[in-house]
Amino acid sequence: MPFIPHTDDELRDMLATIGVASIDELFDEIPDALRIDGLQNVPAGLDEAGITRLMTARAARDDGAVSFLGAGAYEHYIPAAVWDIATRGEFYSAYTPYQAEASQGTLQVIYEFQTMMTGLTGLQVSNASLYDGATAFAEACLMAVRANRKSRSRRILVSRGLHPAYRAVGKAILEGQGIELTELPLRDGRVDVAALPADEKPDYAALVLQQPNFLGSIEDADALTDWAAARDMLVIGVCNPLSLALLKPPGEWGEAGADIACGEGQPLGIPVSSGGPYFGYLVCRDKLVRQMPGRIVGRTVDLNGEPGFTLTLQAREQHIRRSKATSNICTNQGLMVTAATIYMTLLGAEGLRRNAGQCHANTRELAARLAALDGVSLAFDQFFHEAVLILDRPVAPVLATLAEHDIVGGLDLSKDYPELGHALLVCATEMRTAAEIDAYVATLAQALQDSQAA
Amino acid sequence: MRESLIFEQSRPGRRARAVAGDEAPSVGLAAAQLRAEPPLLPEVSELQAVRHFTRLSQQNFSIDTHFYPLGSCTMKYNPKICNRLAMLPGFANRHPLGPVSHGQGFMECMYELQDMLAAVTGMAEFSLTPMAGAQGEFAGVAMIMAYHRSRNDHERREIIVPDAAHGTNPATATMCGCTVREIPTRADGDVDLEALRAAVGPQTAGIMLTNPSTLGVFERQILQVADLVHDAGGLLYYDGANLNAILGRAFPGAMGFDVIHLNLHKTFSTPHGGGGPGSGAVGVGEILRPFLPMPVVGKRDGEFVWLTEQDRPQSIGRLSAFMGNAGILLRAYVYMRLLGADGMRRVADFATLNANYLMKRLREAGFQIAYPERRASHEFIVSLKDVARDTGITAMDFAKALLDRGFHAPTTYFPLLVPECLLIEPTETETRDDLDAFAEALIDIREQARTDPAQVREAPLSTPVRRLDDVRAARQLDLAWRPAD
Repeated sequence: MPFIPHTDDELRDMLATIGVASIDELFDEIPDALRIDGLQNVPAGLDEAGITRLMTARAARDDGAVSFLGAGAYEHYIPAAVWDIATRGEFYSAYTPYQAEASQGTLQVIYEFQTMMTGLTGLQVSNASLYDGATAFAEACLMAVRANRKSRSRRILVSRGLHPAYRAVGKAILEGQGIELTELPLRDGRVDVAALPADEKPDYAALVLQQPNFLGSIEDADALTDWAAARDMLVIGVCNPLSLALLKPPGEWGEAGADIACGEGQPLGIPVSSGGPYFGYLVCRDKLVRQMPGRIVGRTVDLNGEPGFTLTLQAREQHIRRSKATSNICTNQGLMVTAATIYMTLLGAEGLRRNAGQCHANTRELAARLAALDGVSLAFDQFFHEAVLILDRPVAPVLATLAEHDIVGGLDLSKDYPELGHALLVCATEMRTAAEIDAYVATLAQALQDSQAA
Repeated sequence: MRESLIFEQSRPGRRARAVAGDEAPSVGLAAAQLRAEPPLLPEVSELQAVRHFTRLSQQNFSIDTHFYPLGSCTMKYNPKICNRLAMLPGFANRHPLGPVSHGQGFMECMYELQDMLAAVTGMAEFSLTPMAGAQGEFAGVAMIMAYHRSRNDHERREIIVPDAAHGTNPATATMCGCTVREIPTRADGDVDLEALRAAVGPQTAGIMLTNPSTLGVFERQILQVADLVHDAGGLLYYDGANLNAILGRAFPGAMGFDVIHLNLHKTFSTPHGGGGPGSGAVGVGEILRPFLPMPVVGKRDGEFVWLTEQDRPQSIGRLSAFMGNAGILLRAYVYMRLLGADGMRRVADFATLNANYLMKRLREAGFQIAYPERRASHEFIVSLKDVARDTGITAMDFAKALLDRGFHAPTTYFPLLVPECLLIEPTETETRDDLDAFAEALIDIREQARTDPAQVREAPLSTPVRRLDDVRAARQLDLAWRPAD
């Protein structure tokens, strides 16, 4: 029997010890009307070789495309050591480190992770992670509403340059508590500073800025941070952590820095894997720590005065505070944080910086080559590792043609950003070779020619 | 053995060289946009990194190394093959927004997973997007509220929660903008129906229940509970934390539940990963179908497609940037296909057998069982109130002393109703020998509590650290390492 160790003799003895005649009898407290005898519409079990054949065939169907898609999930090279170690049973099959003495491995990894995230963001306190970038954004908004003592507003100003799915998740999570997201428009791919609310002191709890934004553009984070801070808003920076190896960290934006940084941790050693599991990171100023949701690990001492690690500030959390907790979140994304900590260790600051630089260079190369084609132009300059191209025809059929050649050509922006026209978001990480970029350019050129002819 | 911090092992200029490319490419960005100083990250060799994290792993208890009877967490064996197949390159490298033409293999797995989860719970349809149990709860309560709103019933803002519930239940209700009303549990472990009758009314949005409950017993009056709540106009939410106990034995859908979340990391054996990722798929009965969070996988003309808010305009919307913890869902899918219908039934059978056996052993050894007249579900509660009174040795001391005897501790001090409690869930994948050894360890600790309590309070002595100063941790916050100036 799969994974069940009992022999017939043991089963008999155990039933005798309990004092029942059969396993059925153990379920005699379930009302008769509810008892079922087995499951319908579930296939019979497979053995390990059988499920391996099935899954290998299915995975192969999805394999083989070269992707120029980013939009919040980025394909990077992941050193072999990362998942070899992260999937060791001692990390993989442990649980929440409530018994600290038996969980020092996980706890120390999280403490090191927290340290690394404070380094990347230039802020002081990190939690042990949230589910993903979108929910980290939503939790950051809740945190800002709780923490902003100068404003009682339940409105938050959000750049239209924030990932559209994050805005959708934010709405779903925040509307039950009556928190409203107000959109700041873009102009030329960036927040339009001239269109900022004109009144002296618009009443918002926070300003949310994605840097680089969803369109790949780099915002004037200094000016926007200062504008918001002068109006008693907290500033929340949503940042790709890889970009922070290169770009000015949120803690240094403007005169006083952003108050909260959050985002998607996936670029730090996590496979794109159809959208998860990833992890959200959340880092803030010292003074906001008690408003932070999620687990936090602290260093302390044991009975012998030796250093050790433990979950701390648990009085914020649901298992203690119940309906008054800072959030209902119970888990973090421990396994992903373990992988990310190993990844950051192997790359170091220099490795991350070079990686970020290579992504930037590859995307510049790709964007320039594509924009040189007839019917294609570059929408905005000053981007990190994603760029918007404008086509002279609808994007979807072009992407379908590219897919026939096993090229995933990017994201059609027409639904989320109709104001941009026939716009295509492309990304070339360090994974994309010169030959792959050549193939994209040639295939797109051919596709544009063929459909013109058609 | 203490392992120094990776930062303390760092030396300026050392490189792991796990990355190709010696020259940093020239960067076409304005200097004002760039960071002035490199971030604080360690500089170590690859071997140093491998040793460091391998050694840290060895400081953990885990299912792969220890019996881990953590109540309400279902710490059963996580089959290795589930991980290997979920990490196949075709799955790991598939971009979440990639074309469906290059996702049919993955989407077929998800489509079948949705159907299998509906089949094992008796619900109409599942959405896989919630990324943990607590998010599944959020989805469930949000759907209940959306349902009432769709009927212009705006007064229903109260969620009823039994006092034995997980803390996530009331916290979730608050996040959905609801108020929480607690109802008591009777001495026999079932919900107090009279208190429930008094609590329901036109303000009732719904009730959140775990069945079997966190007290380790099946709620025998569940059908009456369902009638009371439905008659008052409320809906029933099923917290699937304990589905392992009744898999193939009873359907939550038949009990009257309108919405359910499952913890795939419990019942369907995906990794707990040191505290996540979880996965909290939600299932609904017919009336809540229009409100399911998106996306879900549908099938049109033989092709698997994503259904979105355009297909379900009343959906509560999106809960994750993409479609949830896809790789975890693949692991759950592999696990379910390995077990099949018969294997899943055996899960509940042997989990229940193991729990009742261990409960009987401990009862015969004189331990106080919280609900001795009841069958155990897949878990049960021992109260150490008498031991604590007689010896001063608490549930916490027992937990620490178990670590020295090679066992992870059960859940302690939860549920809050039972003083000095251990919530013990052995799961179906443990042998009788391990259950016996665990019972002997508890007996041994109790003996030591009577003869040498000071020694018990010293525990643990075999772990990398001894008991930690939690008060200091919270008062003198040290949440990140800083280099000495």
